[in-house]
Amino acid sequence: MGLQKSEIMLVLAAAAITLLSFVIPDWLAFTTTLAIASALVVLGVVLLMRAGLVSFGQGLYYCIGGYAVGMGGRFLGINDALLLIAMGVVVTVALAMLLGLLLTRYREIFFAMLTLAFSMILYGILVKSQNLGSTDGFGVSDWTLLWFDPDGGKGSKTVLWLATAVGLVVALFLNRYFGSAIGLACEAIRENEVRVEYMGMSRRQILYINYVIAAAIGSIGGSLTSLAAGHVDPTMAYWTISGEFVFIALLGGTGHVAASFIAAMIFIMVRTYAVELFPNSWQMILGIVLLLIILFLPKGIWSLFTRRRRVGS
Amino acid sequence: MLTVWAILIDGLIYASWLFLVAAGLTVIYGVMRILNMAHGSLYALGAYAAASALGWYYNGVGDQLWIALAIITVCAVAIGALAGLIMERGVLRLMYGRDEVLMLIVTFAMLLILEDVMKLIWGTTPYFAYQPYAAMGRFNIGVLTVSGYQLMVVGVSVAVGLALWFWLERTRVGKILRSIIHDREVSEAMGVNVRRMFTITFMIGAALGAIAGGVTAPIISVVPGVGVEVIVVAFAVVVTGGLGSITGAAIGALIVGLARAVSIHTMPELELFIVYAVMATVLIFRPHGLFGQAVARKI
Repeated sequence: MGLQKSEIMLVLAAAAITLLSFVIPDWLAFTTTLAIASALVVLGVVLLMRAGLVSFGQGLYYCIGGYAVGMGGRFLGINDALLLIAMGVVVTVALAMLLGLLLTRYREIFFAMLTLAFSMILYGILVKSQNLGSTDGFGVSDWTLLWFDPDGGKGSKTVLWLATAVGLVVALFLNRYFGSAIGLACEAIRENEVRVEYMGMSRRQILYINYVIAAAIGSIGGSLTSLAAGHVDPTMAYWTISGEFVFIALLGGTGHVAASFIAAMIFIMVRTYAVELFPNSWQMILGIVLLLIILFLPKGIWSLFTRRRRVGS
Repeated sequence: MLTVWAILIDGLIYASWLFLVAAGLTVIYGVMRILNMAHGSLYALGAYAAASALGWYYNGVGDQLWIALAIITVCAVAIGALAGLIMERGVLRLMYGRDEVLMLIVTFAMLLILEDVMKLIWGTTPYFAYQPYAAMGRFNIGVLTVSGYQLMVVGVSVAVGLALWFWLERTRVGKILRSIIHDREVSEAMGVNVRRMFTITFMIGAALGAIAGGVTAPIISVVPGVGVEVIVVAFAVVVTGGLGSITGAAIGALIVGLARAVSIHTMPELELFIVYAVMATVLIFRPHGLFGQAVARKI
């Protein structure tokens, strides 16, 4: 199997971000990093959404990824960014494999509410943990990337390069995964899961695999966020954060992996300005846009691209 | 022994509050199959309306307790029903027939909008309306002291539960609603105006949420975000009891309320954790809640 067109585009986009990182100001590098990190969590939501499940609790793994980075540096003395991210993934996958056994039995609102409940359990535990800073959280200690020490004004750039590289790998993997037999079966499950079972596939097994993958990339997103922001706090697990990820997922749509990255960038950029300009009506704008998307763009902004292409050809 | 009594009384008080908060949520789901995430915002709306009306009343107009309680009820019902009417006619009406999960996201959008609408109307400074709470004093039950206002909340909760039961089981509209719950299409074919029933149901459910908020307003400080915290607990209660069942909501509220009281008196650090732990445990053994009905798989 040769390179697909969208794979080439993804690699080119990553290369472009890396090149641009030398000229853009620090705040834009930081924003882009946050967008890539959020997009990874969103891709997990999209992965589940393709199979007809909406997770209102992806913040659980986002938070675990973030706290793994914070606690690894603070209590275990691990300072390498890649090791910290890997640690978060290991913890996350172990937990997701356990919770997945229970959660894959549920559909629709029950799945949504149970995922929400589990993330709120973590939130409750973290809020009561005095030695982890309770509601204030704590700062992430200085970290290194392989042999490279990102201090000296280059921190935000290093974390952007790291996020771009990790984001590219995940995007390439998911792009292939969406087109694989299991990936295609997800859409069939959304349409009619009993028929999928009649064809000899186990829907629970497929949903289970999806759930664990979604958790792992959610954790990576959380780790990257905390590396960039240098701070973790329990709100990462609060359910409204998970709601934001669902929002971005709907904004982008499930049509293509790149849609989540574009949607996350739009979301983070708009939020940066809107919070400053309209601090008390930013959520209202968010809600209205969400309703408009559901009414007029049910397949997300990605459908704008595909629709135009179809008209053009 | 003292702890046992304290747990029972605290649990009962908390459970009746939980039932008040959860009743509207479960009524709306039972009839309309919509899990209303904005229910917490309706609660907050009721709390704000009651708190600001009480502020106006006690600030020179008068200080009669029964008038204050009447103000709470009237304000909460009015604002809840109005908000419910706007939400159902303005937004939900356009979305009927979509997935249940999508409706969940629609109500999440309404939650976001309502949170900011409340910030725009009432600002971000806290509102206090402690006067009715203070006016009702404290009572001694054996060796324990309980506030009169909280005992009244228990009474209100029981009254709301009985009223709901009477409405659904003994009135004509209730009978029509039960037919919709049982089979929407057949009742539509029999001449039931389902859309109008949906509007009525949503308004009543919304008013119930607002009443819960109004009644709670004298106990708490009303600040932005009270609704967002409440909604998750309310969900836990109705899911534990079985979505759409009034009895389920009552039993769910009792279980969750007692579990929380046990936790507060014995292991306070687990307080937030225990509500969800109860819900998860029930769902492991009864995936549709204690009083929920399993739906047949469609092929």
